[in-house]
Amino acid sequence: MEKTELLALSAVELGRAIRNGETTAVEAMEAVLAQVDRTESQYNCYVTLDREDALKRAAEVQKKIETGELTGPLAGVPVAIKDNMCTEGMLTTCSSKILHNFVPTFSSEAVLNLEKAGAVVIGKTNMDEFAMGSTTETSAYGVTRNPRNPEHVPGGSSGGSAAAVAAEECYFALGSDTGGSIRQPASYCGVVGMKPTYGTVSRYGLIAYGSSLDQIGPLTKTVEDCAVVLETIASHDTKDSTSLNREDTDFSSALKKDVQGMRIGIPRDYFGEGLDAEVKDAVLAAADLLKANGAIVEEFDLSLVEYAIPTYYTIAAAEASSNLERFDGIKYGYRAEDAQGLHQMYKKTRSQGFGPEVKRRIMLGSFVLSSGYYDAYYLKALRVKAMIKKAFDQAFEKYDCILGPVSPTTAPKLGESLSDPIKMYLGDIYTISVNLAGLPGISVPCGTDSKGLPIGLQLIGDCFGEKKLIQTAYTFEQLRKEGK
Amino acid sequence: MAKEYETVIGLEVHVELATKTKIFCGCSTAFGGRPNSHTCPVCTGMPGSLPVLNKKVLEYAVAVGLATNCDITRYCKFDRKNYFYPDNPQNYQISQLYLPICRNGYVEIETEGTAGETSGETTRTKRIGIHEIHMEEDAGKLIHDEWEDCTLVDYNRSGVPLIEIVSEPDMRSAEEVIAYLEKLRLIIQYLGASDCKLQEGSMRADVNLSVREVGAKEFGTRTEMKNLNSFRAIARAIEGEKNRQIDLLEEGKPVVQETRRWDDAKEMSYAMRSKEDAQDYRYFPDPDLVPVSISEEFLEEIRSRQPEFRTEKKKRYKAEFDIPDYDIEIITGSKHMADIFEAAVELGAQPKKVSNWLMGETLRLLKEKELDPEDIRFSPNHLAKLIALTDSKAINSTVAKEVFEVMFAEDIDPEQYVEEKGLKTVNDEGALRKTVEEVIAANPQSVEDYHNGKEKAIGFLVGQTMKAMKGKADPASVNKMLKELL
Repeated sequence: MEKTELLALSAVELGRAIRNGETTAVEAMEAVLAQVDRTESQYNCYVTLDREDALKRAAEVQKKIETGELTGPLAGVPVAIKDNMCTEGMLTTCSSKILHNFVPTFSSEAVLNLEKAGAVVIGKTNMDEFAMGSTTETSAYGVTRNPRNPEHVPGGSSGGSAAAVAAEECYFALGSDTGGSIRQPASYCGVVGMKPTYGTVSRYGLIAYGSSLDQIGPLTKTVEDCAVVLETIASHDTKDSTSLNREDTDFSSALKKDVQGMRIGIPRDYFGEGLDAEVKDAVLAAADLLKANGAIVEEFDLSLVEYAIPTYYTIAAAEASSNLERFDGIKYGYRAEDAQGLHQMYKKTRSQGFGPEVKRRIMLGSFVLSSGYYDAYYLKALRVKAMIKKAFDQAFEKYDCILGPVSPTTAPKLGESLSDPIKMYLGDIYTISVNLAGLPGISVPCGTDSKGLPIGLQLIGDCFGEKKLIQTAYTFEQLRKEGK
Repeated sequence: MAKEYETVIGLEVHVELATKTKIFCGCSTAFGGRPNSHTCPVCTGMPGSLPVLNKKVLEYAVAVGLATNCDITRYCKFDRKNYFYPDNPQNYQISQLYLPICRNGYVEIETEGTAGETSGETTRTKRIGIHEIHMEEDAGKLIHDEWEDCTLVDYNRSGVPLIEIVSEPDMRSAEEVIAYLEKLRLIIQYLGASDCKLQEGSMRADVNLSVREVGAKEFGTRTEMKNLNSFRAIARAIEGEKNRQIDLLEEGKPVVQETRRWDDAKEMSYAMRSKEDAQDYRYFPDPDLVPVSISEEFLEEIRSRQPEFRTEKKKRYKAEFDIPDYDIEIITGSKHMADIFEAAVELGAQPKKVSNWLMGETLRLLKEKELDPEDIRFSPNHLAKLIALTDSKAINSTVAKEVFEVMFAEDIDPEQYVEEKGLKTVNDEGALRKTVEEVIAANPQSVEDYHNGKEKAIGFLVGQTMKAMKGKADPASVNKMLKELL
């Protein structure tokens, strides 16, 4: 196969072509690496590229495919991993200076699951430092640019993963989503991104940001890829106490083009002030298309939407302030050279090792947990979180899924966001309640704005409702492709 | 007129649990080992690692809670205690603050009827309240290298499971504190939940102490004393701190709420940190660990597995065995000793004889070697064999004591040992007669003394005969033979 032809394939198509002997895992990897050579200097999707080992692993996988040892849909397919997932023997930085030299001794469970299925890791993608940010501009290793328009950000925090998929610098990628970090960059880069139900994918090996909200999920070219990747990485892991034992993880069985009778709720609260008109139109057009094909679409009031952002930033920052304490210069990572004594070493290491957004959230989190404020902030946030979950529970008594935008706008220009963090935080309004309630959510491309920037459609499901989301998203994707 | 003061004491007791693996990972809890050889990504706080609760820890904690009359928290959680120190690899300790596993318990202690309330009797029973028991992880160890002038960390102890037992401020004297600690130690040892050795740190006690004028309603300002490695040190530290606080009050100076470190060699305590320096630990529920729901079945299972505790054991011994109360007191004072006693009796040894070996030679050797009953190494099987050997007169009591000493040190099989060393009593009458005749011939003076009515002289002749037989004769038979020949 021609290299350009090869690059245009989806992950599942490539896997099939390799199994059919039309191409090989090595050819696919070479094609991806050639694409990296062409575009990486412009986009900066990766923090670490592992060319030689990637080719070596591709050759090993190819052998196993030929001997029939590997037969799965992802065998031989190159994958990019967000740099907050541990990879044994491969640099894992969380895009932070404080982990500039950290090489894990073990791989995260999700990566192991992919490797077991024969996917070949090509490298680690850029992200907002410790997944804190919405633009991939807080990385210590430079910004990533949006392949759809390099003047714009790819979104974040899984911006490198979304951009790598969009730029065909990999066939699919893993990201992590704490408040929208998979869905929002997927939306900005025009790819598919999914955050599964909390507990579906093991967090073992994922360097924690907000432990009660973090979930690993796929960033892919198609909904089909998304379903196949998710069923590959989903597993019950006894090393993660919050991991679920699900039997319904055969997500690709939901790849049916059919929304007849699917009950879809549109929360009025998601279409109010602050939503860009072009985004609104594209999302409502998507709803109309689904309705025209048999879905039952109606508007409803979700309520409590305005409390999601303060609740999220209280809980996520509190957990982050504790999760990031281990980065102290003692055991691994960056250590300040010129420190005198233990206290100063801690102080200098962390002052020099963390960037401003991480420090801001550590301070915020430490404050809300401090004695005298715990009840007023942290505990109250937990209560609101429970109320938000209840509001969703009520909605799912009536609907199979909830439809709305992913983000109020399309991708902003580079440099526009960081000067006003509050504004940046408000951009998470449609995605974060999904994490607070532990629900699955998917972002599917549904159009472009007048500047040609992609717009994402978000579908939110009840806990364990991935299949309905995949079915609805797949149907929409197929209808859109057919131009109906 | 001098004021009279009352001491108010509460204890925080840390107990290292006897699980094979750590509280949140599968690493060994064994003592020793090369530094950092009993570690993994979890107990060294590597990024991406996650804790998973060891169920055995929960079982032990619930068992201790039930044995100390606590309410078991049916929905309990782990919390993070955040503080920066290199022995703590995540810079937070996983502990329990908001919903500890056990609450509102008590133990009963017996003390000599002194301190405050008078009862007229020689001993009295007092209830010491237990505020709570929580589970937590131990920290690693810092080792300072003076030569290189650097500090190294060993995480082998990091993640070893602990329970912390927090008492109410119900104790009024060092005597009550020791009685309370002894009681806890026995309960926990009987459960097999820990060996509770203060010297080795598997049981650690921090003493919270304040003084107030007798009759006062309010508590005084308390201090917390750390680094107490023995019951003796605890008693001395209490005495010292009580006097220090009374002296301050008498001088009109305030007691400062602070943590103090006891130096047992100097018999003095030093301020470590005051309340003003107290850190804000920013406790919050650990999101990596799901809340623990304790089912009725689980509770019932633990309850059904509770062992016979000391009080019941004492009662049973009294009813079943013909041994003195004092022996019962000592033997049941150590679970290990009681186990040896029961096993040896089970193997057919006479209870009184087993008790005699434990009360006599065993205690003597323990004292001589500065060991605890928990350190006894000989097996009940070997003790039973030794008793059988003396019962059958195969060895005499002197030889038996010698064999016992070797058995105490190395747990040898007495049968095999006696055989190998040729220590069996000579029961050959011909050989004995020959030796006795020789002894009589060699000691005419003693023979004469005996005939002159000096009964004592026969003792000397017995001794000479035993010596000639290298101790391998039965002294009673020698005595009989001597009388016969004289």
